[in-house]
Amino acid sequence: MSKSAKKNREKNGAASGSRARVILYSIAAVFCLAGLADATYLSVIAFTGETAACSGQAGCFEVLGSSYARVAGVPVALLGALGYFTAFTFAIFAAFNYKRAPKFFALTVCLMFAATLWFLYLQAFVLHAYCRYCLFSAAITFLLMGLVVATPSPRTRTE
Amino acid sequence: MKRYLPFLIVAAVALITVGTGVALYRSQKLPTPTAAKDSADPGLHVRGDAKALVTLEEFGDFECPPCSVMSVTLHQLEKEYHGKLRVIFRHFPLAMHPHARAAAHAAEAAHQQGKFWEMHDLLYQKQAQWSKGVDVPSLFPGFAGELGLDLERFKKDMASAEIAARVTADHELGKSRLVTSTPTIFINNVALPPTSTNPPGVRAAIEAAIKEKSKP
Repeated sequence: MSKSAKKNREKNGAASGSRARVILYSIAAVFCLAGLADATYLSVIAFTGETAACSGQAGCFEVLGSSYARVAGVPVALLGALGYFTAFTFAIFAAFNYKRAPKFFALTVCLMFAATLWFLYLQAFVLHAYCRYCLFSAAITFLLMGLVVATPSPRTRTE
Repeated sequence: MKRYLPFLIVAAVALITVGTGVALYRSQKLPTPTAAKDSADPGLHVRGDAKALVTLEEFGDFECPPCSVMSVTLHQLEKEYHGKLRVIFRHFPLAMHPHARAAAHAAEAAHQQGKFWEMHDLLYQKQAQWSKGVDVPSLFPGFAGELGLDLERFKKDMASAEIAARVTADHELGKSRLVTSTPTIFINNVALPPTSTNPPGVRAAIEAAIKEKSKP
């Protein structure tokens, strides 16, 4: 094989890897948007107090009405919304090939994943009740974690 | 242009999220329920000592799952604050629950035979069972049978205009006090904020009311 053919193949490989990353980070951004919508809705009902009625779901009432639903008076859902927005921002910048964005995206998702495990533990073993909005958010975070693991490490970089 | 595109996307999402959140907050913000002007009511469902330091008044709906959770909490709190807590129940069947009014009638019919609270507890305990049933009103005589009530009288009372009027009166009273959701709780005639209408919130409000009343 000639040198130029080898170079071309490497170039093509790098380009397809970059394309795959762009696709994966775009998918991650869409997942983040779904999580952001869910967490924003939960934040709003935490502030309006609609939690009490909570669309008539007992599990939702028990989980969102529990003392674990707020940290220092701030609804956990609001922290979740900030987390999803941060992850979305890094996913977008990573899709545009920004140098450090993938690392920050992975770090944010890892933190959210740890928080998700904690909240799943609380629902299963402490509160013995599940909130479907919280489970939806947990599913999104699991998917994001899966994408972080599946995304190939970046090679081409811009500023 | 491509250089600025990620910034534009992030800014647009931030604006849309904040805008949607604010719009949703405005549309869902509940009015603050107001205190009762006169609590004298001969048909009142009361549990606990009349001289209790704290009176907790609940507007509830038998088909509402959070109310079912709250009924368990209230039983626990009554044991904890024995002699200090009095509980009043009022009907507020929500339109979104198709069988809530029939269940309220069943509780009132049981009241005619002196077993309101027994039926109240049974309806909440078996809520998951009857609320998803097909011919729901036909299930209530079965509950009356479990409580040892006179079934003929129970069925007659359930269909009576007097009982319908009793439930409607509670509902109208709730509406006049700006109750919109269930459970809505008043502690010593002060509405509990919706954000505190949950087991820890109710406990904290009872503690605060006891401290307030115990002040010299």
